[in-house]
Amino acid sequence: MSRIDVLKTYKIFIGGKFPRTESGRFFHVKNKKGDLLANMCLSSRKDFRNAVVVARNLQKSWENTTALNKGQILYRIAEMLEGRKSQFISELLLTGSSKSLAKKEVEQSIDRLIYYAGWSDKFQQIFSSVNPVASNHFNFSSPQAVGVVSVIAPNKFPLLGLISVVAPVIVGGNSCVVLSSEENPMISISFAEVLNTSDVPHGVVNILTGKREELIPHFASHMDVNSIIYCGDNKEEIKSIEQLSVENLKRVKIYKRKKWDDKQSQSPYFIEKCQEIKTTWHPTQV
Amino acid sequence: MSKININKSWKYDEALESTSHINLKDKYNLFIDGEFVKPLSKKYFKTINPATNESISEIAEANEKDVDLAVKSARKAFKSWSKLYPKERAKYIFRIARMIQERAKEFAVIESLDGGKPIRESRDIDIPLAANHFFYYAGWADKLEYAFPNKVPKPLGVAGQIIPWNFPLLMAAWKIAPAIACGNTVVLKPAETTSLTALKLAELIKDSGLPKGVVNIVTGAGKTGAAIVNHPDINKIAFTGSTEVGKLIERSLAGIEKKTTLELGGKGANIIFEDAAIDQAVEGIVNAIFFNQGHVCCAGSRLFIQASVADTVIEKLKDRISTLIVGDPLDKNTDIGAINSVEQLNTIEKYIEIGRKEGGEIYQTECSLPKKGNWCPPTLFLNVSQSHTIVKEEIFGPVLAIQTFRTIDEVIEKANNSPFGLSAGVWTEKGSKVFKLTKELNAGVVWANTYNKFDPCSPFGGFKESGMGREGGLHGLKSYIKFE
Repeated sequence: MSRIDVLKTYKIFIGGKFPRTESGRFFHVKNKKGDLLANMCLSSRKDFRNAVVVARNLQKSWENTTALNKGQILYRIAEMLEGRKSQFISELLLTGSSKSLAKKEVEQSIDRLIYYAGWSDKFQQIFSSVNPVASNHFNFSSPQAVGVVSVIAPNKFPLLGLISVVAPVIVGGNSCVVLSSEENPMISISFAEVLNTSDVPHGVVNILTGKREELIPHFASHMDVNSIIYCGDNKEEIKSIEQLSVENLKRVKIYKRKKWDDKQSQSPYFIEKCQEIKTTWHPTQV
Repeated sequence: MSKININKSWKYDEALESTSHINLKDKYNLFIDGEFVKPLSKKYFKTINPATNESISEIAEANEKDVDLAVKSARKAFKSWSKLYPKERAKYIFRIARMIQERAKEFAVIESLDGGKPIRESRDIDIPLAANHFFYYAGWADKLEYAFPNKVPKPLGVAGQIIPWNFPLLMAAWKIAPAIACGNTVVLKPAETTSLTALKLAELIKDSGLPKGVVNIVTGAGKTGAAIVNHPDINKIAFTGSTEVGKLIERSLAGIEKKTTLELGGKGANIIFEDAAIDQAVEGIVNAIFFNQGHVCCAGSRLFIQASVADTVIEKLKDRISTLIVGDPLDKNTDIGAINSVEQLNTIEKYIEIGRKEGGEIYQTECSLPKKGNWCPPTLFLNVSQSHTIVKEEIFGPVLAIQTFRTIDEVIEKANNSPFGLSAGVWTEKGSKVFKLTKELNAGVVWANTYNKFDPCSPFGGFKESGMGREGGLHGLKSYIKFE
């Protein structure tokens, strides 16, 4: 008798735990042939709000973790992903990716993590300045994390897209709540398992699965979220995000790019998007 | 402690700045395409001297059609201005800086006449800083590729710029200089109560030979501003003003690809530790809240004093403010000038009334106030807490809300517990405390053992609801470029 496979239950990722959505709802994810791959959690407003609370509580201590340490933690995520490469490739194959594309996406994802790990203690130097003011003061400007970021991850490139957006956010000292690819959400939860075993403090990255239409208004309007990243080019969604974000002047960052596997998909400017410049003055005259 | 009572026992002789060398017209038109043109609206409004409430001149009110002409002129000019050799662009801007320096005294007097700020401040701060701002950004024009590693910066196009009444010429410089240095052209609207120095700047720009249409100045109130914000052929909106209007602008631009920078309100926390140099700190408190009548978005309007020194600091502060002279902005002795407009005076008085009603303990100096004009004596509120209206909301006047604290963590928590995040001040002689605070305070500008200092090369701008983007310095360039 052949062995029966054990199927995986995909849940969501909040504060380093894997709860089911509090709403108890689900949606189907199917492959191209129409076979059921998983019942994903259909996350609710409440799940999002819970995740923001966790992300907020954690943010300052994550920001205050040394840059060296943050870099090593990002590197550790890459190490863990490398170790589970074949699992991620086969998961991408399940959802319709070709063998070569799946391999490329996973490998690029690992390399991207390492790329941003390396920026951890360097981007500040690129974006800072000492300002030669015309008075007896020492004056400098440097970037600081914007705080809690909500992220609508790209629909295409479900793993590489998510990592390309999330890595620069967290390496900059922010915490985030991510809505994974709606079309292809499974792999984001497997990635959460990687995060959870990579020394990333619980709550720095929180991942929800669900529907953009339902969650975007909450991601954009929450008063304790400092910035929102939206990946996509749906004009209606962009307008709605820009409107709802005004109430607390959330910083809105729109990534319309369709590809996340080219040279332009990584740069320290992605880190800078979720930084605020702070200028400090002190007299030099005794 | 003995009290010095200079106000009662001493009297200063007047030291009025002369107005004989200034040249003002009875009527000012719009500056479009390098010429002063009558407004299509055919309407004019009066600009008032807030120290006398008498009219100084009449100013054109631009309507949508006028704004459209200005935008067309800017669009036309953009084609050649953006292609001009950057080093030539630079030379025009250097020239403007120099010409402001040459005419500094005239600008200073008009600034004080029209806006009410003490001549000492317009002469020593506003006008020199405005000139320096042009000088600073002029130099960037042909060096932009060094500002953004690995990127090719390009100008945005036409920038619509709307500025407030608290630093009229300086704000015009903050907006125009980086915009044109990066190769953009501009349509700028000064605030309706303080249009004169922007129009004098337009005269100067005409004299400078800057190509026509690179800078257009349209005057008017909120409607004119809305016409700029909603104009479809503007690529960038830069606004300095209230958080309320900033949010209106952002809402109306939702879904429209126009880059924005906003420099909005604030409620700056100024924190005095027990180990501060107390006398210097008291000077700092005064400068933080009474500079420019408190009409400063980054004013240190929330004072936090460590409990152990609170009595001493408050007593010294009361002593110090009793010497402040409120009066004629053109008098060189004046410390606090006229409140910019009747409306603003009403707002401030409304807040003082709310402060009293909510149980705050008010202290005002007994300084003499001129009979005509808009005046407000330096005002302190004691016995207030985080939930009081005057602690939460921006007053934009010489009103200071004073609280005490015991521990560092407590004061960081209180200082950051505000939707604003523009500025903060820290006073302590202990270095590690300075850096702990400047790191933890969520504000775009943090002054340690100083306050209200500005410089063209120092980026300025807010966290949270105090705005988006930076003005000044290397970081201010980013507001006026895009990457290829």
